[in-house]
Amino acid sequence: MTRVVVGPFNRVEGDLEVGLEMEAGAVRSAQVTSPLYRGFEQILLGKAPLDALAIVPRVCGICSVAQSAAAARALAAASGVRMPENGRLATDLVRAAENLADHLTHFYMFFMPDFARAAYVRRRWHPAVEARFQATRGTAAAEALSARAELLELMGLLAGKWPHTLALQPGGTSRPVQRQEKIQLRLALRAFRTFLERTLFGGPLEEVVALDGVAALEAWRAARPTDASDFAAFLEAAADLGLERFGRASDVFLSSGAYGPEEAPWLARGVFDGALRPFDEAEIREDVSHAWLQDDVPRHPAQGATRPVPDKAGAYTWCKAPRLAGQVVEVGALARQVVDGHPLARDLVARGGGNVLSRVVGRLLELARVVPAMEGWVDALAPGEPFCATRELPQDAAGVGLVEAARGTLGHWLVVRGGKIHGYQIVSPTTWNFSPRDAQGRPGPLEQALVDLPADGEEAAVLVQHVVRSFDPCMVCTVH
Amino acid sequence: MTSGPAPSTRRLNVLWLQSGGCGGCTMSLLCARTGDLPATLRDAGVDLLWHPALSEESGAEALEVLRACADGRTRLDVLCLEGAVLRGPEGTGRFHLLAGTGEPMMAWVSRLAARARHVVAIGSCAAYGGMTSAGSNPTDACGLQYEGEAAGGLLGAGWRDAAGLPVVNVAGCPPHPAWMVETLAELAAGALRAGDLDPLGRPRTYADELVHHGCPRNEYYEFKASAGHPSELGCLMENMGCKATQAHGDCNTRLWNGSGSCLRGGFACIDCTAPGFEEPGHAFAVTPKIAGIPLALPIDMPKAWFVALAALSKSATPKRVRENAIADHTVVPPGIRGSGRK
Repeated sequence: MTRVVVGPFNRVEGDLEVGLEMEAGAVRSAQVTSPLYRGFEQILLGKAPLDALAIVPRVCGICSVAQSAAAARALAAASGVRMPENGRLATDLVRAAENLADHLTHFYMFFMPDFARAAYVRRRWHPAVEARFQATRGTAAAEALSARAELLELMGLLAGKWPHTLALQPGGTSRPVQRQEKIQLRLALRAFRTFLERTLFGGPLEEVVALDGVAALEAWRAARPTDASDFAAFLEAAADLGLERFGRASDVFLSSGAYGPEEAPWLARGVFDGALRPFDEAEIREDVSHAWLQDDVPRHPAQGATRPVPDKAGAYTWCKAPRLAGQVVEVGALARQVVDGHPLARDLVARGGGNVLSRVVGRLLELARVVPAMEGWVDALAPGEPFCATRELPQDAAGVGLVEAARGTLGHWLVVRGGKIHGYQIVSPTTWNFSPRDAQGRPGPLEQALVDLPADGEEAAVLVQHVVRSFDPCMVCTVH
Repeated sequence: MTSGPAPSTRRLNVLWLQSGGCGGCTMSLLCARTGDLPATLRDAGVDLLWHPALSEESGAEALEVLRACADGRTRLDVLCLEGAVLRGPEGTGRFHLLAGTGEPMMAWVSRLAARARHVVAIGSCAAYGGMTSAGSNPTDACGLQYEGEAAGGLLGAGWRDAAGLPVVNVAGCPPHPAWMVETLAELAAGALRAGDLDPLGRPRTYADELVHHGCPRNEYYEFKASAGHPSELGCLMENMGCKATQAHGDCNTRLWNGSGSCLRGGFACIDCTAPGFEEPGHAFAVTPKIAGIPLALPIDMPKAWFVALAALSKSATPKRVRENAIADHTVVPPGIRGSGRK
């Protein structure tokens, strides 16, 4: 058995280290280490409850808005304020803009550049992919960053700026939209749709949304040359490398539901492990057995605490291990699409579970599905009607805020006593996906996904990178 | 051979590291409306040796880049740090061990700073400690050359680079993308001198403006017609915690994400370019007042004059301004001169 430590990983939004034990040409076990601790759950204690809106976006510069939205929901649950329809639509638009910008950044800046690496120089698709996607040199990044900047003009209009806005409030948004601005919002979305259709997909979004299974995806790919679009280029490399065979985790998928009214979200809420069942947040427990945190029984986040113990024996990360009814679950765009029942996502998972291919397709499918929905939300905004309600927060209260960040389910658990924050626990998407072993020794999703990967050769080294990045990790969130 | 400038032109080798922060400065950098950020940086003379979000190298290859800078095999012109320096627990730096090395990031930053021609703090965490140092400061976070308002931090108050510059603090949470691009471009051109930094180490190119400049709520400010709740159109200074009249930054003349700024987004400026912004001593979105007068007055303005002018302007507030200030859209349009019509 040989042990290899891989790190620092770049293009993972923060710092990450992976320890791999290899034997007989394959990875036998993996340990995922989050080597950075920041202590936001401690920082929040004793603050005025609404200060969470200024503090939590800074948990994560990448899913800053999702953090805001989760805090706003927890505060809304604590005060009982009801958001007017405009506030909900504007919040959804801001959240969607961030999620889609993140998916785009992931595909173009973080994930695809690995296919341009020298390890693949003998692959037939390599010259084209290198020219297009090589980090800092390829032609794609400039186009994608331009499209991203145009999409994020929605943030300038609806949230003041991104990242780190205070526009998302428990009762709505601080930025009322005026009539003429609806047109500007549609212009920004049109520019983004054009980029997706012309450059990323090479076809109308509605065609991608209509793909009803792997056969349809194959037919779609066969119907166009590999240089027709960036998605086509990815599908070719993925097929050649057999990426659907790598990176399988627990295949239990969780989504807290996204967009639309909280009680009836547009993307459904639930847990899928071959069949769909309801998601009950009361079944979450955070295990700290392998984290550099004070030993404790697994606790529900509302009862949780974060007390660092840097030299704890047997621990190897700052990340807690959240489990749902004892199960290791995977979260993210694929999980959302699977739980929502999109036929392509369901078919991909029926054939190969969560893997490098299905996770990437899940993200791109979400890009294609959400942009048309956003166009509808802009049209539904009603200038002149209220955007924000307010209601006094009681001196003693508690609330839970669950939202879907780009990378998956994000939860904030807030306890207010005497008008101050008494407890604040955050479970981020990558906390689920990159969790360590729990007290029963069950590895987290990435730790499972790395097992059985081939261990020898240049391509094997890059394959580890593909598997890690297929989750679109956000390490700064993981240990907030 | 890559296309590039004539050999006489000095290129700027930039190494960018992240520690106790959220990665939001880099995310903001990627919002730069250049059309082609990597090419813009190249044109400005900036060569990124390694950036955690942008570069190809991972693992051992990335560590080799860092080691080559640390032992002088690669010329390091600028060390950029994004995120605070984490000194805890108990001075060990253990709260951030650089992956793959088992060594505290704090130690890497010290070693690299000693080699770098210039050191740039990207964002308020790296400059002063920022949000990472808020509350009980559980990680003992500090900035490169400041701990909050006090000079010191990791490198010490007296630290200067070979050119006589202190740490260049591109403060902001996050900084505007252009603040970062322009600062690097000025360093590449050799155009940044000690006098171009304000007393807190911030480039004067943006820090000599106030966030208040260009605020579209100016008429409400003039008449002290104030918003009382989120989404209302009035001035945010009197009730909603806005510090734009004291905060340094060109946020309302150089907009964010196309057409935005905090005030345009309907929420308070929390003075995120200043040391200590993370602990304002009051709730962020509430203006602390004594006898109805905000404790923090516009910078450079004598208190007596502010009180007198505020009282006068309040009494002179037109009905239109007063009513629109507490609405979320224009309920009373401006009159039309000479017509007597509304």
